[in-house]
Amino acid sequence: MLRFAIKMLFGDSAKFYGILLGLGFASLLIAQQASIFVGLMSRTFAFIGEVGHVDLWVFDPTQSYVDEPKPLRATALERVRGVTGVEWAAPLYKGLLVATLPDGSRQVCDVIGIDDDTLAGGPAEIVAGSLADLRLPDAVMVEVGSSQQQLRFPAELPPGAVPAPGQMLDPKGPKRPVEIGDIIELNERRARVVGLVKCSETFVAAPTVYTVYSRAITYAPPARRVMSSVLVKAVDGQDTDALAERISRETGLSALRPNDYSMRTLGYWMRETGIPINFGIAIALGFFVGVAIAGQMFYNFTLDNLRYFGAFKAMGASTPRLLGMVALQALVAGVLGLGLGLGAVSAFGLNAAGGKLAFKMLWQIPLIAAGAVLVICILASVISMWKVIRLDPADVFKGP
Amino acid sequence: MSDAHPIAIRLRGVTKTFGKGESAVPALRGIDLDVPAGELTMLVGPSGCGKTTLISILAGLLSRDGGECTVFGQDLGALRRDRLSAWRRDNVGFIFQQFNLVPQLSVAENVSVPLVLKGESVAASVRKANELLATLGLEGRGKGAPLKLSGGQQQRVAIARALIHDPRLLVCDEPTSALDAELGRRVMNLIKDRSRRADRAVLVVTHDDRIFHLADSIAHVDDGRIDRIERGHQHAAPKELRP
Ligand SMILES: Nc1ncnc2c1ncn2[C@@H]1O[C@H](COP(=O)(O)OP(=O)(O)OP(=O)(O)O)[C@@H](O)[C@H]1O
Ligand SMILES: [Mg+2]
Repeated sequence: MLRFAIKMLFGDSAKFYGILLGLGFASLLIAQQASIFVGLMSRTFAFIGEVGHVDLWVFDPTQSYVDEPKPLRATALERVRGVTGVEWAAPLYKGLLVATLPDGSRQVCDVIGIDDDTLAGGPAEIVAGSLADLRLPDAVMVEVGSSQQQLRFPAELPPGAVPAPGQMLDPKGPKRPVEIGDIIELNERRARVVGLVKCSETFVAAPTVYTVYSRAITYAPPARRVMSSVLVKAVDGQDTDALAERISRETGLSALRPNDYSMRTLGYWMRETGIPINFGIAIALGFFVGVAIAGQMFYNFTLDNLRYFGAFKAMGASTPRLLGMVALQALVAGVLGLGLGLGAVSAFGLNAAGGKLAFKMLWQIPLIAAGAVLVICILASVISMWKVIRLDPADVFKGP
Repeated sequence: MSDAHPIAIRLRGVTKTFGKGESAVPALRGIDLDVPAGELTMLVGPSGCGKTTLISILAGLLSRDGGECTVFGQDLGALRRDRLSAWRRDNVGFIFQQFNLVPQLSVAENVSVPLVLKGESVAASVRKANELLATLGLEGRGKGAPLKLSGGQQQRVAIARALIHDPRLLVCDEPTSALDAELGRRVMNLIKDRSRRADRAVLVVTHDDRIFHLADSIAHVDDGRIDRIERGHQHAAPKELRP
């Protein structure tokens, strides 16, 4: 009879596709919104991962997320270096500064200043040039990536050239990507591009500009010529947690492992912004759309077939057997609908990969979507099953 | 009751009331009836007199309120609900006024349902269904959709479904009301053929006076009681019953 149950489901194509569409749409909405949410939220701490392997981040205790400008005193670096168990400590500058391009257009950049000596905290992926070139005069390395996150130069200006005196460049004219040798101004000070880097997308969609710490400080406006954080490497065999404790105690600053610092940043965005609520609403909407469309369609499908279930019951099919048929129909519809939805989300994700759209499908997300579809199917089939249980086999002799 | 035919169904003082209190409808007020084996018995009577209620009880679809109901020696009141369902599966064939053929299943699959319910494989059941369909003039129609067939063909499919597991009791509620005279006659002949064995009984509820002459006996029901029983035209006793 189970085979017949499947045939009954597939045979009613209008309802079947309706159910599939409803479930597919629900799982699509749930998984896609959840993935975008995760993608977006992981951008809030993407920079911490970009900096790569350090043991501890030391920052102002009142700072709640990595981009929050809570400067450290100049003495912080020496004090951290003085703590036993610290192999080395490097200063880090991170701040938004305005870049002026040769055509006069302006662009906010996320300027990172890394330790002059060790170059610790540098970019993860260098596309052109070498990190050591950052020590050259006025040297910066800039991010190339999606067009939104890169500096665009006037096409008529060859790479490395400066406009002739009196030459006017049209800020609205055709553009080319930034190249090695190009000159920009950061806060009215000259900066020369010596390399190109790739960065993971961050929450602040501004192109990232790397330079050394000492130069970053000179680019910054006087009030902002301060250290953002200190990167710490522990001596071999040093327990990181114990070191973090010691640093906090001796300097009054906070020290966290990169992972914990990421979570602190994430926690801020989760708690203090409407982003989780907005996505939560979208995901809930997906769920209710699923219940409304697929659940109701499935219920209608069962209602349509009730007289046949009644006939089967009269012919001696036991109630558990009929319930098995309904359950199988719900299960098959659920699996196919889920597959459809997740397939669509994966296609969407592959399409979005590397683009500027935040999209990160953790392995938990398909499980969540599957759970939601399961709940929808159970809700729908339980109501349908109730109808089947209540079915009076004597009704088969009643008129239509 | 005349003749030497053994009794297939024995009803004594069967009562059934629907609803309670003010709105109670007494559908059966004490039915006494013996249905002989090897015969086709018709139940006739005005609308609302209780015919459908009666066959529902003796087919194990409905519980009676009072009285006795024994079918082929089995007291139906003694069976729990799940046993009753299994008893129906093993002993009863149904022909409904609405054919209740599942549109998403093929003709042969519809016919095979009682066998599949008994645990036979779908493949074997469908094969048997096709054989039976052929004897009913529906050769080669097994793979088609039931709704593509005419009303008369659909009723024959429904009959095939009622007969495929060779049930001892066949109950039919208005089997010919949707058919024209000629088809009705052919369908009734098919049904009648099935009654000609000592361990079989066929009950047909009908308003259709064109088929009365096919009955071995006609029980007239009126207001929840058996009014009178009319023996039909005498016929030769089935072979196995002859002395
Ligand atoms: N499930 C039910 N609930 C309440 N009353 C019912 C129910 N089934 C039947 N009745 C009532 O019981 C009486 C007998 O009904 P039944 O269906 O047995 O009559 P019938 O002889 O088959 O009539 P018809 O020839 O119209 O089919 C009727 O008055 C009917 O209204
Ligand atoms: Mg009736």
